[in-house]
Amino acid sequence: MATLPRTTVEIGYGGSERLTMNMGPQHPSAHGVFRAILTLEGETVVGVDAVIGYLHRCHEKLAETLTYVQYPTIASKTDYVSAMTAELAYVAAVELVGKIEVPKRAQYLRVLCAELQRIASHCLWLGTWCMDMGGALGGGATIFLYTIRERELILDLFETLTGARLLYGFHQVGGTRYDLPAGWTQKCRETLAVIAQRLGEYEAMLEDNAFFLVRTQGVGVVSRELAEDVGVAGPLLRGSGVAYDLRTAAPYSSYEDFGVRVPVETAGDCYARYRVRMAEFRESMRIVHAALDGLPEGPISSRPGVKSVGQVRVAKGEGYSRIEGARGEVGCYLVADGGPKPYRLKWRGASFSNLAVLPHIIPGHKVADVVAIMGSVDPVFGEVDR
Amino acid sequence: MTLAYHALVGFIVLNVVIGMVTYVTLLERKFAARMQSRIGPYYVGPRGLLQPIADALKLMLKEDIVPTSADRWIYNLAPIVFLIPCILIFATLPFAPGLGVADLNIGVLFFLAVSSLEIVGLFMGGWGSNNKYALLSAMRAVNQIISYDLPFVFAAFVPVLLAGSLQMSTIVEAQRGLWFVAYPLIGQLAFVMFLIATLAAENRVPFDILEAESELVAGFRVEYSGMKFALIQLGEYAHMIGTSFLGALLFLGGWLGPGSDTPLVGALWFLLKAMLIFLVVTWVRWSFVRIRVDHILAVSWKLLLPATIVLLLATGFWVALRGPHAG
Repeated sequence: MATLPRTTVEIGYGGSERLTMNMGPQHPSAHGVFRAILTLEGETVVGVDAVIGYLHRCHEKLAETLTYVQYPTIASKTDYVSAMTAELAYVAAVELVGKIEVPKRAQYLRVLCAELQRIASHCLWLGTWCMDMGGALGGGATIFLYTIRERELILDLFETLTGARLLYGFHQVGGTRYDLPAGWTQKCRETLAVIAQRLGEYEAMLEDNAFFLVRTQGVGVVSRELAEDVGVAGPLLRGSGVAYDLRTAAPYSSYEDFGVRVPVETAGDCYARYRVRMAEFRESMRIVHAALDGLPEGPISSRPGVKSVGQVRVAKGEGYSRIEGARGEVGCYLVADGGPKPYRLKWRGASFSNLAVLPHIIPGHKVADVVAIMGSVDPVFGEVDR
Repeated sequence: MTLAYHALVGFIVLNVVIGMVTYVTLLERKFAARMQSRIGPYYVGPRGLLQPIADALKLMLKEDIVPTSADRWIYNLAPIVFLIPCILIFATLPFAPGLGVADLNIGVLFFLAVSSLEIVGLFMGGWGSNNKYALLSAMRAVNQIISYDLPFVFAAFVPVLLAGSLQMSTIVEAQRGLWFVAYPLIGQLAFVMFLIATLAAENRVPFDILEAESELVAGFRVEYSGMKFALIQLGEYAHMIGTSFLGALLFLGGWLGPGSDTPLVGALWFLLKAMLIFLVVTWVRWSFVRIRVDHILAVSWKLLLPATIVLLLATGFWVALRGPHAG
C-alpha cells in the first residue's frame, strides 16, 4: 500500500491528523468491487488511491481459447449490465477482420437492441446512483425500486427476443441469431410509452428536489481539458462539453440512417452527467421507434446457421472495432490467424478509462461526495477488470 | 403505596412502549412498501403481522460478536446508555388526563434534557467499536445533535410560552379551544421548524448522516450484532415515537378530540396524532436524498437557529402583550 502512487492535495484546514480509510472492495457503494483508499482530514478527502483488479477473469485470454461462434456469449460478461454492447463489439471486430457483410435487417436489429440496452443500463445507473447519495432515494431505495421496475420491462422484451434476461447471445458473426417474434414490435412500443411517461416522473421527483440539486450541482467537476487528457468517453465526456459520440463520429451498423442527436452539457459536474443521460434516454427511445418503423425485410444473417463451433474461420489480419456503449467507447482489437479462434484479443472498456478520472476529481470533496461522484461515473467492474 | 402505584404504571408504560416500537417498525415498512410499489412484509403471520416478533426473535438468537480490538467496556455499555434516555422520555408523557407515569411540572424540560443524553451512548458506541466508519459516524453525530438540539428546544418552547407552563397536561388543556398548530402564523412556523429539528434530532433522512449506509455502511452501529443491535434499534425507534408524541402534545392538542373525556378515547386520539407525525417523518424519509454534513450544519446554524430564536422572541413579545393563550 505504501508503494502505491498517492494523489494528494493540500487542504490545510489546520488539523494535522490524517485518517486513512479503506472504502471497498466490500462496500455497499463500491458498485461491485472497487477499492478506494481515502486519506481524510476530518470529513474532507485529501487523497485517494484507486485499486482495481478484484474482478479479473482473464477475458482476453479466454477469447483466445474460444471460437468465433462461442465467444460472443462470453463477451457479454465483460459488461454484464449492458451485455449487448460487448457482444456487438466482438462480432463487429470479427466482421471487420473477416470482411463479412451484415444484412440491413440485422444491422437495424442490432441498433434496436443496442438502444434498448442503453435504456436498460441507464435505468440501473439512475437507481444505483441515487442509492449512493443515500437517504430515501437511497437507503429506502425508492428511486432504485422504480427504475429497476422499468429495467425489468426491457429485460422482458429481451427475454421474448432471445430467451435470456442478462447475457443474451443475440449477435453472431454475420448478423443476429434471432428475428423479432410475432407481436414483439407492438409490445416494444407499449413498453417505451410507459418508460417515457415514468422518466418524466423521475425528473420531477429529482430536479424539483433542492437536496438533490445541492448534492449534484458543482460536485465532481470534470473540466473539458481533464476529460480530454484522461481520455474518458460516453456521458462523462459529453457532460464536460465535448460533443463526441461514435454513433455520429464513426457510424457503425447503419447508425447514419437515424440522425443521432448528441446531447451535450458543459458544466461537467454530476448534475451535467445526469442531464446527459436523461437526454440519452429520450434519444434512444426515438432511435428505437425509428428502427422499428424503418425495419427492412430480408435475412437476419449473411451466414448459414453453423453446424459445429469451428465452422466460422477468419482470414489472417487484424482490426479494431469500436462502438458507443452505454458508458462510452467500447473497443475490441482482434488479431486473426486464419483459424477458428482469434490469435489475440484486446478489450477497451469504457468503465476502465472513465474510472481513471476519479483520483483527479475526488480530492477536496467530502466523504459523502465520493460515492456520489463514483456513481455518476457509472463504472461496471466486470468491464474495468475484465 | 404511591411508589408501588407509580412503579406499576411505569412498568406498564415501558412494556407498551416496547410493544409499540416493534409494531411501529411494521407500520413503517408497510408504508414504505406502498410508496415504493412493493407489498412489504407479508409471509409471517396473517398479512405479515408477526414480522416484528420474528425480527426480534432472530436478533435475540444471533451470535453476539465483539470485535477483538474493541474497547469492551465501552462497547458493551453503549447500547444500554443509548437506550435508557430513549425510554426515559416517556416518563413525563401523559397519555390522557391522569394516565401517565409522572406529570412533572417541568415535563417538557425533562423530556428535552433527557432526550439529548442519547448522544453519550451513541458516541460511546462509535468510539468503543474501534472502527473508522463508526468513529466518523460518532463524530458526525456529536456535530449534528449539538447543532440541532438548540433549534429543537427553541421550537418546542414556543407552545410552552403560549401556554405559560412547562407541565405537559397544562399545555394540552391550554389547547382546548385552539390547537397550537392552528395558532395564527406562530403556530405553523413553530410546527414546521419543530418537524425539521425533529428529523435531525432523530437522525432521520435527510439528516441521517450518522447512519449513512452508502458511505459509512451503518455508521456507529456497524460492529453491533444480535441483541445489542436490537437495543440500539429499539432506542432509536423509541426516541422517534417519543418525539412524535411530544409533537402531537405540543402542537396537535394531545389527547383532545371528540369523546376525549374518557381516558381511553383520549389516549387513542393521542396515539392517532402521534402516528400522523410519525408517518410524515416516514414519508420524508422515503422521498429525500441525504444531505451532506457541511450542508446540515449550515442549515442549522445559519437558518434554523436564528429563525427559531426570532420566533421565540416574537412569541415572547406577543405573550407579554396579550397574556398566555388560555383554553
